[in-house]
Amino acid sequence: MRNPKKLLLALLLAVSGLAGMSRAQEAAPAADDPVLEKRMMKIAGILRCLVCQNQTIADSAADLAVDLRNQIREKLRAGMSDQQIIDYMVARYGDFVLYKPPVKSTTWLLWFGPFALFGAGLGVLFVKLRRRAASRTDEPLSEAERARAEALLDTTGKQDES
Amino acid sequence: MRRFLLPLAVFLVLVAFLAIGLKLNPREVPSPLIGKPAPAFRVPTLDDGARTLARDDLLGKVWLLNVWASWCVSCREEHPVLVELAKRKVVPIYGLNYKDGRPDAMRWLSEWGNPYVASAFDPEGRVGIDFGVYGVPETFVIDQAGVIRHKHIGPLTPAILDDKILPLIRRLDAKS
Repeated sequence: MRNPKKLLLALLLAVSGLAGMSRAQEAAPAADDPVLEKRMMKIAGILRCLVCQNQTIADSAADLAVDLRNQIREKLRAGMSDQQIIDYMVARYGDFVLYKPPVKSTTWLLWFGPFALFGAGLGVLFVKLRRRAASRTDEPLSEAERARAEALLDTTGKQDES
Repeated sequence: MRRFLLPLAVFLVLVAFLAIGLKLNPREVPSPLIGKPAPAFRVPTLDDGARTLARDDLLGKVWLLNVWASWCVSCREEHPVLVELAKRKVVPIYGLNYKDGRPDAMRWLSEWGNPYVASAFDPEGRVGIDFGVYGVPETFVIDQAGVIRHKHIGPLTPAILDDKILPLIRRLDAKS
């Protein structure tokens, strides 16, 4: 390279390339193991943060949520299964930590109550309809009623024409 | 008249449910640890990093575990209650210093008084997680066999001590 400008440019390019590489390595620890991170976020996504109760541990920025995410990471590295980690959390914080409550005798009302209520409503509706159908009698119109109906129909008809 | 009876009954049931709902505190999550052995721990004490405090050191007596931190505002509020209780010497109080720094915690104790026989030092909150701690302060009553008998979330008040915690301690003491 005879041209000093070209040499300088090449040097700059090389250095900037190096800078980019070193930054990429700096960012590495956060995404140390993307598979593990994904599993961690999946578990954290079904656990309730007890400090801010309407957020999951995955969403929450509370101190406790950060600690629990670290715990999940640690347990995953130690080779625990997803279920084992969930059981670990339930043992400490109770079923409340699960966003989806388990089906068991104390939660039957929660799970099946709405269906029972819906069934009862359907039952009441059915019985009422049956009773109403039974009480209705299809009697023909009396002479006076027929005359009145005809009169009404006639007047509306005339009004339409006018 | 009869046609109003059913809606009225439904309305009253609804009122009853809502009234109960108003009284419940959604922040108080029942601990699954009640009636179970306290999680085993062995961590350095706050005042002396060379000494340790463990659950098994405390077997054979009824004791209180109070989770506290110098950054916790409600702890400041309950602290006089604990200092007063410690003076009465009815039950030993052990502290769990939760996610705190040694200098801050030591300064806090020298400033406001130290009701604790000893405090376990848990800067990373690991023992706290084992105890299911989520809101400081929390207080556990642990019996002679190391079983958790009661958990109180939030600051202790004289009323809570007199109505719940002290009667429970008396009952537990009577058993031994």
